[in-house]
Amino acid sequence: MKYFPLLWAGLWRKRTRTVFTILSVIVAFLLFGLLQGVDSWLSNAIADARVNRLYTVSRISYIEPLPEAYLTRIEGVAGVSRVAYFNWFGPYYQDPKSPITSYAIDPDRTFAVFPDWKVPPDQLETMKRTRNGALVGATLARRHGWKIGDRVPLNAPLWPKQDGSTAYDFDIVGLFTAPEQPTNENIFLINYTYFEESRTVGKGYVGWYTFSIDNPARSSAIAREVDALFANSPNETKTQNEKEFAQAQIKQIGDIGFMVNAIVGAVLFTLLFLTGNTMMQSVRERIPELAVLKTVGFTDAAVTTLVLVESILLCVVAALVGLGLAALIFPLARTLVGDVALPAGVFVGGILAAVALALLSGLPPAWRANRLSVVDALAGR
Amino acid sequence: MTTLVSVKNVVKRYTRGKQKVEVLHRLNLDIAAGEFLALMGPSGSGKTTLLNLIGGLDRPDEGEIVVSGENIDKLSNRQLAKWRARNVGFVFQFYNLMPMLSAERNVELPLLLTNLSRARRKQNVQAALQLVGLADRAAHKPSELSGGQQQRVAIARALVADPSLLVCDEPTGDLDRATAEEILDLMRTLNRQQNKTIIMVTHDPKAAEYASRQVHLDKGQLIEAEARSAA
Repeated sequence: MKYFPLLWAGLWRKRTRTVFTILSVIVAFLLFGLLQGVDSWLSNAIADARVNRLYTVSRISYIEPLPEAYLTRIEGVAGVSRVAYFNWFGPYYQDPKSPITSYAIDPDRTFAVFPDWKVPPDQLETMKRTRNGALVGATLARRHGWKIGDRVPLNAPLWPKQDGSTAYDFDIVGLFTAPEQPTNENIFLINYTYFEESRTVGKGYVGWYTFSIDNPARSSAIAREVDALFANSPNETKTQNEKEFAQAQIKQIGDIGFMVNAIVGAVLFTLLFLTGNTMMQSVRERIPELAVLKTVGFTDAAVTTLVLVESILLCVVAALVGLGLAALIFPLARTLVGDVALPAGVFVGGILAAVALALLSGLPPAWRANRLSVVDALAGR
Repeated sequence: MTTLVSVKNVVKRYTRGKQKVEVLHRLNLDIAAGEFLALMGPSGSGKTTLLNLIGGLDRPDEGEIVVSGENIDKLSNRQLAKWRARNVGFVFQFYNLMPMLSAERNVELPLLLTNLSRARRKQNVQAALQLVGLADRAAHKPSELSGGQQQRVAIARALVADPSLLVCDEPTGDLDRATAEEILDLMRTLNRQQNKTIIMVTHDPKAAEYASRQVHLDKGQLIEAEARSAA
């Protein structure tokens, strides 16, 4: 600590340059935190996915519908325990820019296949009895201030009713949680029967099937059996376990991991030159001062350490601010990811990256300070 | 009087371009403890080179330098740095203070290398600043001080670790006459009252008169040594 004033003074010798360098590091690590946070969240979502739950979608694309009739045939496959079906409803609430993730479902089947989604039994029963009932994920309800008993008007442009209207009114009859996969608490579930009666297009088709199996070890074999049932039909299928399905969905956006790493890598690489240049200039300007330190008895190693610690101070403190801001901003993206915090691993990774950046950018000037000849420096050579 | 510094057959060469230039030629010099020595001579005569060798900032190519019985040219770089911290205080022509640090922080620098507590360091710094008459300027930065005050801070920094030897390279070269005399008075006081051995490089004969002995260097050789009582 006794060297801190010396380090601090060195850091602020050129105030403007230091401020701009710190701002650059803050922005870079804010970006690092947010991007790595999204990547980490997606990875966790995949990691949390279950292998004993399978998804059957159209082989062409997961947005292509499948016939309702497939239900009984999938149920007939040995090893399949319960089958649920889903249809994308895709409405918005009040403003087209405020989309709601909503599926039409069969309540009994859905909560049997998703036992990790928790809803009080009485609310599930009410849902089954209420034609226009809705079960709302806890996060979504909290965000909009919805509670049981509220009537929520949604607009689903994809699904015009017989009168041409796309406005649907739903009564919230229950709230559900999904502790293992908090992202699912952003979902608005409606009764498939009501949806099927109301819509004028796509009748007799569902979006996809999700089913649970008795033995996760047989998931590949069962997936092959299911797909074989519909081979060479107009609606061929592709069946994957939940983990593969999640990965496939994420891949629709692109290779997130690669994109994140490429962007973060480019940013940190650029930052390396920026901080390296700052430290190099800073040391170059302080050659006489470093020579004085050596004159009064600081060893070569001590001066080298001072330069390196100064570099670490510059990078790590700014990186901590950037990561802190990312931690504050990340939860604002809960529309996408639900109520999640920036994973601790991203913090640790960020700090390690900042230390590596500091060492890499601090080594050349530190080495120069180490090799500094006092006599030459004092003589201005 | 006991000899504090003994320079024996010292040769120093520098490489300039492809040429090796011998700056000091088999130089011998003894400096007694408590002496105030003025090292004079024209530019390029080797004064600063000799001062750097005695202060342990540079090493001779031949010969040896013994200070307080220790052959300093045999020390490693690390040992030499520690030896400087304990035994030598440096005063430069252009003060060489850290511009971002206050006067007291500048004076404290050599003490950072010791095991003294913060309170003890502060106490020693205050004592050193008191000695040079700048106790009331402790919190000021160098840019807020006059040239003479900055040189006093530099002298306080040189004194704070209580070294036996002060080496001063043109300490009044950047000061006006009146301020220079104040600094020289201070150095003489330190020499007489604190018994500091002082070696001062100077071009200025008036400054040299403050010393108890003058030594002249020309082309790397000692051409004259004159003992005189200080004015």
